[in-house]
Amino acid sequence: MATIGVDELVRLEGVALGYEGVVALRDVDLHIAPGELIGIVGPSGCGKTTLLRSLLGEPQLYAGTAQVADNTRVGYVPQVETVDWNFPITVEQVAMLGSWRTRRWLPWTSRAERSRARVVLSQLGIADLADRPIRALSGGQQQRTFLARALIRSPDLLLLDEPTSGVDIKTRHEILHQLAGLNTAGVTVVLTTHDLNGVASHLPRLIALGEQTVLADGPPSEVLQPDILERAYGQPMLVVQSGHETYVLPIPEEAPGAHGDVLPPPEVVSVIGRPEGDEAGGTDADPQSDHA
Amino acid sequence: MLEPFEFGFMQRAMIAATLVGGVTAAVGVFVILRRLAYIGHGLAHSIFGGAVVSFTIGFNFFLGASLWGAFSVFLINQAARRRQIGGDAAIGIVTTAAFAIGIAVISRARSFTRDFEAALFGEILGITNQDLYVTAGMILLIAVVMFLLWKPLVFITFDHDVATSYGISVRWVETIFSLALAATVVAALQVLGVTLIAAALVIPPVVARMLTDSFPRLFLIAVVLGAATGFLGVYVSWFVDVSSGATVVLVQAAVFALTLGWGVIESRRGLSAARRAERLAGLERALND
Repeated sequence: MATIGVDELVRLEGVALGYEGVVALRDVDLHIAPGELIGIVGPSGCGKTTLLRSLLGEPQLYAGTAQVADNTRVGYVPQVETVDWNFPITVEQVAMLGSWRTRRWLPWTSRAERSRARVVLSQLGIADLADRPIRALSGGQQQRTFLARALIRSPDLLLLDEPTSGVDIKTRHEILHQLAGLNTAGVTVVLTTHDLNGVASHLPRLIALGEQTVLADGPPSEVLQPDILERAYGQPMLVVQSGHETYVLPIPEEAPGAHGDVLPPPEVVSVIGRPEGDEAGGTDADPQSDHA
Repeated sequence: MLEPFEFGFMQRAMIAATLVGGVTAAVGVFVILRRLAYIGHGLAHSIFGGAVVSFTIGFNFFLGASLWGAFSVFLINQAARRRQIGGDAAIGIVTTAAFAIGIAVISRARSFTRDFEAALFGEILGITNQDLYVTAGMILLIAVVMFLLWKPLVFITFDHDVATSYGISVRWVETIFSLALAATVVAALQVLGVTLIAAALVIPPVVARMLTDSFPRLFLIAVVLGAATGFLGVYVSWFVDVSSGATVVLVQAAVFALTLGWGVIESRRGLSAARRAERLAGLERALND
């Protein structure tokens, strides 16, 4: 078994993963270096969460080797749909669950733990919600609350399962901006997403899953290709590239572009309400531009 | 008013009911939040079987019932892990079978019927000093376990699927909690009886849940309420001449009904206040126009 290199955080080689004897993913090779920002894309049920949780050592390993560098602190943010929002707990109490190992045999939290929680909540802009019950939060606030629980451990590797699902476009922008900021500060970020245009196309590296394996791994310009997307989603996709931007649209079988072409940008593009001087069309939340 | 305090058996009964009321509520908080009310009910019946068998073979009641409860928990966990069975069905099968063993033993040894009625419906007034010490010891043990496991227990109760990824050994914590639940049921058996334990596990935490959205506060309210209603139930039973276990549960049910009624009135008040504010705003708009 090859040992994990000093410049590697995660190494999966020839891995087959699943639960209760059912293989969800096979022949997975994956290397993650410290400081990367990676998106995992693919249709529902393709194994995105399984791959993400394999970095936590959770799914059963049926073949291959999976290694995470020693002493790696991992923070995990689950899909908000899996949370019991009627549970009687406040934002600050959720955040402090992340540091449960600190004075683990005592039921109460120390002043230092509470201060640390307040600092993290402030960084995420939700310090004023510290005493609010979680059932009274909006979608974006919910995501930030669980992000706070992960960040309170000062993770080296941050895993997020659909961090932008169910939030509006402004909140999505803010969450991506915060993740990009964390990544710039040295945290390795791996997230799953269904949003190819709003999220995936802005990330520096994508892993596309489909047919129970990794179909492609690389920058969006290489991964968001019609043939790869059609294999992943089982439907022809229109891919439009305009400068650094990539747009993906599902198309009917008989429509132009249904034969695997990458089309040039449309000649006429109507832009409504773009501020003067913003010719590039990028956003400050674009993790790729933050990385550049 | 102070008459019940003059008798040793009433003093012991009130102390036992207060302790048992507090500990059943404490464990019950985790039971209701994990939607496991059925396991409390089932374990009470299962442990009855253990109590009967212990009595019949002349084994220590507390030890026998506890071992029976622990074995039931083990069987439930093993059965529930099989996907074709599931948790609810596993609880139903194991606990009912264990209860049936108790009934079968009773039907073979009819002379013990009166003692088994005590186990079914509780016999708090018959508690001896030794019973009280054993009950207090078990409750202390449960309290220590819950104290030490508080943080992982809260984490698992809130976010079961993610707890492992935060380094919590979910299987171990759940097994220890199940054993603590079994011990709670054994401790409560003589005070409340098999048939009433489930109510004491569920009602105080549910009332507390209606009053707060903060977990630590919910826990405190539930424990205080459980202990207070335990004490009050036994105290009131002296004057109304009704079974103490039943009175404890009826007092808890009354508190639940009052809290529910108060909640309904409050929400209607809030609604009518909102309607009044809306009407006033409409009137103001009309005047401005």
